Amino acid sequence: MPITRRAALSTVLAMPMLSVRAQTGPIRIGFPVPLTGAFGAEAQDQVRAAELAVAQFNASGGLAGRNAELLVRDDRLNPGEAATRTLELIEKDHADFIVGGLSAAVQLAINNVTKQRKVLFNSISQSDAINEAADASRWTFHEALNPHMTAGAVGRYVFPKFGKRVAFLTADYAYGHEMVRGFQSAGAPLGIEVVADIRHPIGTSDYSPFLPRIQALKPDVLCICNFGRDQQISLKQATDFGLKRTTKLVAPVLLYTARVGAGAEAFAGVIGGTSYYWRLEDTVPSARAFNDAFRAMHGGRVPSDYGALGYAGVTTVLAAVRAAGSTDTEQVVDALGVLKYDAYKGKQYYRGCDHQSVQSVLIIGSKDKPGAGDADLFDILAQEGPDEAMLRSCTSLGHS
Amino acid sequence: MTGYPPSLLALQAFTGLALGAVYVLLATGLSLIFGLLQVVNFAHGAFFMVGAYAGLFLFGVTGNFWLCLVGVPLLIGLGGLAVERVLVRPLYGRGIDDPLLLTFGLSYVMVEVVRMAWGKGGIPFETPELLQGATDIGVGYFPIYRLFVIGAAAVVTVALWLLIERTRVGLVIRAGARDPVIARVLGLDVSRTWMLVFGLGTGIAGLAGLLAAPLQGASPEMGATVLAEAFVVTVVGGMGSLAGAVVAGLLLGVVVSMTSLFAPEMAKVSMYALMALVLLVRPQGLFGRVGFNA
Repeated sequence: MPITRRAALSTVLAMPMLSVRAQTGPIRIGFPVPLTGAFGAEAQDQVRAAELAVAQFNASGGLAGRNAELLVRDDRLNPGEAATRTLELIEKDHADFIVGGLSAAVQLAINNVTKQRKVLFNSISQSDAINEAADASRWTFHEALNPHMTAGAVGRYVFPKFGKRVAFLTADYAYGHEMVRGFQSAGAPLGIEVVADIRHPIGTSDYSPFLPRIQALKPDVLCICNFGRDQQISLKQATDFGLKRTTKLVAPVLLYTARVGAGAEAFAGVIGGTSYYWRLEDTVPSARAFNDAFRAMHGGRVPSDYGALGYAGVTTVLAAVRAAGSTDTEQVVDALGVLKYDAYKGKQYYRGCDHQSVQSVLIIGSKDKPGAGDADLFDILAQEGPDEAMLRSCTSLGHS
Repeated sequence: MTGYPPSLLALQAFTGLALGAVYVLLATGLSLIFGLLQVVNFAHGAFFMVGAYAGLFLFGVTGNFWLCLVGVPLLIGLGGLAVERVLVRPLYGRGIDDPLLLTFGLSYVMVEVVRMAWGKGGIPFETPELLQGATDIGVGYFPIYRLFVIGAAAVVTVALWLLIERTRVGLVIRAGARDPVIARVLGLDVSRTWMLVFGLGTGIAGLAGLLAAPLQGASPEMGATVLAEAFVVTVVGGMGSLAGAVVAGLLLGVVVSMTSLFAPEMAKVSMYALMALVLLVRPQGLFGRVGFNA
């Protein structure tokens, strides 16, 4: 029987894909992030930080001489694109592990692919859904904070200090709702009263129609639960409407890059949460070491919050590789599951049931004017230490 | 807190009028070009966005917002003149889709160029010092800058109306729109007039972008939503009608504002719902003439 091209191709395609991930040659880490799109600035910083993690691993000898390499791919902030890139990374580029994903929807799309193919995935952006039994898996790890932890920590700090009459201005999609739920579950035992819960369409460019009602209600605290440009514009316009006179403005997640893009005036006095701020180096030795290495590699610039997650996500996976002494997925998953680490911000570990990284949450306030050298934009007001009690319980997430 | 006190309703309505003033500014340029040239300018939002960036650039050079108010519309208007002369003019008489596709493509080029020059992220634009803060307008606090935008929109509209209805140039513009062939036979340079109208329309779009920058900063994507809003205002008001653009802009502003108070999730949809309603009852728009220019 003659061998046709079609027959040859189908034989090749039918070969089991797992066998091609070799135990020799470089350790490949696939890194799908949205280099183009609304979060491009954050994604580029994540790449810079991930490069540092790989360079440090290789400089310290790799895995018995085997070096790691980073395969960066642009997912364009699009779940379909992210799934395709991830599939290519696994099947064509033979990536051993996947780290990345920015935005809740995109990381869930990546996770769908990795989970199905039993490839280790460490997600580095916020999501509550990825902890839930329907999406979590043995191969799914979540290095970033989730909205429940972040909004919860901010609420526990803000409500006792500034008052119990609370209004919400929220982007009307899953991430916005998750943040409101985080605030409410933290606020309920503190006895907060929700005076308004306003949902705005995502991507709104003029918030003026939502503001008179908030102005009339004069809440003690206004939680602005949106992200990116929505956050920049709504904070700016709330400031223009004079809301800061009567009300404390609070954002669950205050991003470094968002503050840079909006200017000092709009963010002045706004309080919010974050996974990392570079001034942590004043008190935490590992933050100092991480910043110094990052500055040395990238011309003196400091890492951003989301950038640092790129570092942590890759560093922990490589630490687990070393602990396992192998790149075999199942062994690395076991090693990562029991890893106790202090990569850049103090003690962390992955919780057993959902592989959520248990870690500290920083409460930061935006300065009126940038401090020394223009890079110092926030004050660290408080810190909620790593504590499983601040996470949703394993049973409430549907884990047995 | 229950109910909606009258002062809140009044402030909400006033906010709607202010929002409407922005819509009016957005729509007049688009409506002008369509009404007189039958060119659907899909690059309108891009000219708006470039206006914001031109303001950023000019403010960086001069440090004077008031100079920008004059310089930006001139600069963008000149750009518009060039676009009409070089790109749009060869397409006259070739059906309405050709200039539409051209300007659609042009908008992508403009957005990409801005991304290359200024980066993908947003850039803040400080409110001019004199117009910062909020003032008590009797029913609540209102940003001074938004009051200024209402004034600017009024000035632009009145000036445009005077130009078209009360000057010789306006007479030529109207004659060229009504019957270009006869106008040409009578010795009028119609193509120069059209170039002027295109420049005027884009100049107003640029001015609107500059005025929007202190409200929302500058970003390469800021023109995308604007284009949709400007089209809704133009369709509701009637294609090519200045009075229609004013009435429809203010009406839509108040509708969006009131919807935001009672059903915030529906704020964006309310605009399109109103447009659908108008199209059902009066397909030519509130002030459009049936079959005009058809």
